[in-house]
Amino acid sequence: MTADHNPGYAEAGRSQVDAAAEAEPAGFRLADESESYALRVNGRQESVKAAWLGESLLYVLRERLGLPGSKNACDQGECGSCSVFLDGTLVVSCCVLAADAVDAEVVTVEGLEPGEGLSDVQRHFLDAGAVQCGFCTPGLIVAVHDLLDRVPDANELTVREAISGNLCRCTGYGRILQAVADVQQERAGTGP
Amino acid sequence: MTVARPTTLDEAVDALAAMPDAQLLAGGTDFMVEVNFGHRRPTEVVALRRVAELRSHSTDGDEIVLGANVTYSQLQTELAEALPGLAAAARTVGSPQIRNAGTIGGNVGTASPAGDTLPFLAAVEADVVLASAGGTRCLPLADFITGAKQTAILPGELISEVRFADVRGPQQFLKVGTRNAMVISIACCAMVVDIDRRRVRCAFGSVAARPLRPTEAEDFISEALDWSALDAEADAVDRFAELAAGAAEPITDHRGTAEYRRHTVKVMARRALTRSLRA
Ligand SMILES: Cc1cc2nc3c(=O)[nH]c(=O)nc-3n(C[C@H](O)[C@H](O)[C@H](O)COP(=O)(O)OP(=O)(O)OC[C@H]3O[C@@H](n4cnc5c(N)ncnc54)[C@H](O)[C@@H]3O)c2cc1C
Ligand code: FES
Ligand code: FES
Repeated sequence: MTADHNPGYAEAGRSQVDAAAEAEPAGFRLADESESYALRVNGRQESVKAAWLGESLLYVLRERLGLPGSKNACDQGECGSCSVFLDGTLVVSCCVLAADAVDAEVVTVEGLEPGEGLSDVQRHFLDAGAVQCGFCTPGLIVAVHDLLDRVPDANELTVREAISGNLCRCTGYGRILQAVADVQQERAGTGP
Repeated sequence: MTVARPTTLDEAVDALAAMPDAQLLAGGTDFMVEVNFGHRRPTEVVALRRVAELRSHSTDGDEIVLGANVTYSQLQTELAEALPGLAAAARTVGSPQIRNAGTIGGNVGTASPAGDTLPFLAAVEADVVLASAGGTRCLPLADFITGAKQTAILPGELISEVRFADVRGPQQFLKVGTRNAMVISIACCAMVVDIDRRRVRCAFGSVAARPLRPTEAEDFISEALDWSALDAEADAVDRFAELAAGAAEPITDHRGTAEYRRHTVKVMARRALTRSLRA
């Protein structure tokens, strides 16, 4: 989808990814597609090489760094399915210039739970049946982590507000709200 | 393509001096959508996100100063008390994700007729401060925004801040759209009741190419108000709403008809004023 409507992506062609690359010095300027730049994603140093510098963080995560958890459902900030943390702040990665995320700490849905398991939010989404086609799920998981880390006892209105930028076309949101309530109960130790 | 990533305002204006045609990038919420869809093909970019000076704001003294990189999230939390009207506008923008990234400088820079901070900034008669390697200049918002998505910014300049005199009195923001979240204004309204100067000032968004100040309506109601009681006759409120609606220059587009927008201005003018008066 992205490659079709943006010639820039097509021009850049395939890139190499060298996960072991050294960090760039806090560069004043990045120039020229042949130069590489470093991103810190989920605690790992990643190098983006021979990429067009106009690429979004979402595109780079998915197409260059092999992290397809963040979804592309609109590429225009409307759907939230590409939500990530940028220096701890919840943002949509399709609206971040990847080359401007150098020096920032990026956390994607893949990095929420260190190790192999599922986070509590992921587990409760599954248990509550809050996942149908699953396209919106990664973005919602990231947004719910953001909310519950900041406001553990958020009421339903606050939850609705916090996920108002995450569109789900399948569930009708009822089971998503249930999953969030379940996480809150478990974290508060008041669950069944 | 070249991306400059300055960390200070001096570095930023130097980078712009070296690349006068560079495009400025702040939170990316307008910029990247255009890039993603191939409507914008930058060859030189100056990214402002790391410029700490642009993130600051001050509300001490008689003047309010907002750095260009102040986000909607900052407006709705850090500035909610000092600027309730602007904070209310910020709360209606996009989604939490958009409010975390989007900035007031980007809203002014885009100068969309639907920019939700612009009516407030127009109502408080904000100045836009433009910085370049040669120094700074200051333009009233009304002169800075020259048309729909058109501004008076020159190559080599960036918006460093917006500033305006502190105003004492009720502030309102109203927005009409199809949803409560993630919605571009069909019409919106900011009102500032300046008790000290005995002046009602308001502006409407999405009903003209630029933020619309219905000055005749303002003059009328500022005269008609009983300032000591902060009250107005029902007739005067009606007349104010009529005059505001008459001043609108709405168009019909996919979000709404001109007729609906004009009606909305009347409703919002009345509602904003009524909410500002002492019940
Ligand atoms: C899903 C979505 C929902 C949205 N909802 C709303 C909404 O409800 N209301 C609303 O008003 N807007 C909305 N927007 C638009 C956008 O979020 C705002 O206009 C925002 O303020 C842009 O700020 P930014 O920091 O992201 O700017 P950017 O996208 O980085 O830049 C925007 C423009 O301003 C220029 N610019 C940026 N900083 C400066 C500067 N310091 N000096 C000079 N020029 C500069 C850029 O060159 C560019 O042309 C929405 C956008 C999206 C994607
Ligand atoms: S793909 Fe980023 S918000 Fe939809
Ligand atoms: S589960 Fe299909 S969009 Fe949410």
